[in-house]
Amino acid sequence: MISNTTKLTRENFPINPERATLEGQNKYLGFWFFLCGETVLFACLIGTYLALKNSYSTGLSSNELFEYPLILIATIFLLTSSLTSALAVYEMKRFKFVNMQLWFFITVLLGCSFLALEVYEFIHYVDKGFKFTTSPFSSSFYTLVGFHGAHVSFGILWFLTLMLRNAKSGLSLVNAPKYYLASLYWHFVDVVWVFIFTVVYLLGMVG
Amino acid sequence: MQLARKQSLFKTILEYFVTVDHKKIGLLYLFSGLFFLVCGTVLALLMRIQLAVPENDFLSGQTYNEVMTMHGTTMIFFAATPLIFGLMNYIVPLQIGARDVAFPFINALGFWFFLFGGIFLYSSFLFGEVPDAGWTAYASLAVVSKGHGVDFYLLALQLSGAGTIMSGINFLVTIVNMRAPGMSYMRLPLFTWTSFITSALIIFAFPAFTIGLILLLFSRLFGAQYFNVAIGGNTVIYEHLFWIFGHPEVYILVLPIFGVFSEIFSTFSKKRLFGYNSMVFAVILIGFLGFMVWAHHMFTVGLGPFANAIFAIATMAIAVPTGIKIFNWLLTLWGGSIRLTTPMLYGLGFIPSFIIGGVTGVMTASAAADYQFHDSYFVVAHFHYVIVGGIVFGILGGLHYWWPKMFGYMLNETLGKISFAVLFVGFHTTFFVLHFVGLMGMPRRYFTYLKDQDFGDLNYISTIGSYILVLGLVLIVFNYIYSTVIREKAVNDPWNGRTLEWSIPSPPPMYNFKQVPQVNSLDAFWYEKMKGNSNMSSPDELSDIHMPSNSSLPFFMALGFFIASYGLMFLDKGSNNIAFITLVIGGIIAFGSMVLRSTIEDKGYYITKKQLSEEDPK
Ligand code: HEM
Ligand SMILES: [Cu+2]
Repeated sequence: MISNTTKLTRENFPINPERATLEGQNKYLGFWFFLCGETVLFACLIGTYLALKNSYSTGLSSNELFEYPLILIATIFLLTSSLTSALAVYEMKRFKFVNMQLWFFITVLLGCSFLALEVYEFIHYVDKGFKFTTSPFSSSFYTLVGFHGAHVSFGILWFLTLMLRNAKSGLSLVNAPKYYLASLYWHFVDVVWVFIFTVVYLLGMVG
Repeated sequence: MQLARKQSLFKTILEYFVTVDHKKIGLLYLFSGLFFLVCGTVLALLMRIQLAVPENDFLSGQTYNEVMTMHGTTMIFFAATPLIFGLMNYIVPLQIGARDVAFPFINALGFWFFLFGGIFLYSSFLFGEVPDAGWTAYASLAVVSKGHGVDFYLLALQLSGAGTIMSGINFLVTIVNMRAPGMSYMRLPLFTWTSFITSALIIFAFPAFTIGLILLLFSRLFGAQYFNVAIGGNTVIYEHLFWIFGHPEVYILVLPIFGVFSEIFSTFSKKRLFGYNSMVFAVILIGFLGFMVWAHHMFTVGLGPFANAIFAIATMAIAVPTGIKIFNWLLTLWGGSIRLTTPMLYGLGFIPSFIIGGVTGVMTASAAADYQFHDSYFVVAHFHYVIVGGIVFGILGGLHYWWPKMFGYMLNETLGKISFAVLFVGFHTTFFVLHFVGLMGMPRRYFTYLKDQDFGDLNYISTIGSYILVLGLVLIVFNYIYSTVIREKAVNDPWNGRTLEWSIPSPPPMYNFKQVPQVNSLDAFWYEKMKGNSNMSSPDELSDIHMPSNSSLPFFMALGFFIASYGLMFLDKGSNNIAFITLVIGGIIAFGSMVLRSTIEDKGYYITKKQLSEEDPK
């Protein structure tokens, strides 16, 4: 373990900078526990959605509603952003601060594109008469997908805060865990999207 | 600590607002928990007065519903939970030989979220719109409940629930990462083990409740249709979400109590806990099974015989690890040199009371019979036996046990024993008869009953019992005050204890352990005492101690969300923009503090070697 006062260089930078200090280890472990809770959160929302997805009442049903090309593009954006954030962490471990910031910036751009498409999707559905209060199906759809969208927005804000906050100071053993965890969070949000894509959109296709 | 001794009251209070010290936060939890315990007890008394005689009009039906809802909600979320968190916060780091918890800041944040949640809930009385849909807030009642009462319930629990999840994560990481050298998992004191499992249950159970609350909130505030049965909605979803959380919640509360009593039995029998390994195993098993049984609260919903059978059997299976624990406690007592101190009396009172609660629990677990018991006073009697006879006894016993450590003076033993006896008699008088009232057919959550139903006599006895019970509680609080005035000084190890917390001064210094202790065995301190050492040895030299700095941000973050909650709730009164402005102001305070938190780097400070060695070793 290196002390806080040592000057960090490419040579002495630890292989796992996110766990090089006790504080880092605590954050790392705590964040995994947090993700356990988040998993339950989304599991409950998905369960609720599955229970209500055929209760479309007088509104649109899932196979009349979804716009698949749009969703496919959004999905590609989000999955690619997972890759770019992984590349960012790779650069972090090599102590290449600028490259890392750059990859995170691309991640944020991709995340924003995903969000923009999602907002467009929602507006489009509302125009079709599929509002939040239309049916149990519509309420549970907007809740589940919206909840995920809120997570994406939070992730974007998190990345941006980190990048701005540390733009001048460069990489340290204090902020390395923070970057690492933000990218872990981002992967998690991505994995959740894979489930939503399957359960909501693919299953919606077959009715 | 000498420096901090002489300071004004104002400064002391201020210190508690900004503290990130686990001991001070523990005390904050304990005292706010005691405050809410008093509130909940007053509400309980009101109900008992109303139910003392048939066709009473002391409380109206609506008021009764409100009092009942507030009683249940207060007792579970704002009395039992914080009291247990208080003990965990104070004791767990000491038992594992740590100087603080893993996330001191988050620890403080969790507390303020809890407290503001409680204040939010109680402010409903000021607004005159009190939650009235029961502590379970089933969707079929909660969505249609008029006024803002249920919104108070929803947002208050959302706030305090967020705090609870934070604390759960904090305890887990603390126990995994902050243990002293040599403190392997199988040397953890049982209170620490149970706190560990409880925290794990918290992070898996509370999110389900969060979602349940959100669904209700969206239904009430934004017109979501999940629960609108007329167009295909489904209210049973909420019941599932609630109980997926709710059943683990009862274990969240009772497991640490099992830990408290394990410590008490072993200390006052002067024996190692019998079957330590099987105790640990049983706790883990209970924690796991606790997630498999939630539908036993829904036997009469109509899930069908197949589901009911599975959940009935799973529920009965929990009796096995619980039985293991009871027998281990009995065998710890067996052949021990027993000292009948007040904490020990609580322990001895706990065993029979908890067994009665357990037996009625297994009775309600058989689905067919539960059609008779469900929603009757039999169930009220059952859960008060485990809650009061288990959890409340455990909290009060634990407080008496650790009080000298926390404050440096003893609680009066004579008063302690008398108050326990009164409490014990009052408790059984209140709740034992309710079993029979229930079997005779009196439904729970009814504000009155008729003259010719023959429930009158037993209810009258129960009400008298509740007066005795409350007298017991008054005596206990009196003991706290009396002993504070008398201040009979406590030594470091007043009970001849076995675990690490007894090896340090009472009350412990800010940094807990001057040098991190080396643990060589289960019951680490006892082991050293048996070897003739009066202190724990340490693998390290005396060196500077790093401490986290105090911060007012946790308070302001929670305050922001608290203010925003009022705005959110009253958004429907939209003609003037006051609600919206409140929401925005709250949001700015909350997110502003978050931004401050992430931009100001907290370097902490050091207590130097010099200061440490100058300090009085007492
Ligand atoms: C101080 C002694 C207590 C007395 C005299 C008492 C009495 C009562 C009474 C009369 C009811 C209402 C039954 C009904 O109308 O259905 C009730 C409900 C309840 N009590 Fe207590 N209680 C006490 C302590 C506690 C404690 C310590 C807890 C939990 C930590 C607790 C948790 C509850 C719950 C969860 C309910 C159900 C509320 C509901 O139906 O929504 N009680 N209690
Ligand atoms: Cu249960």
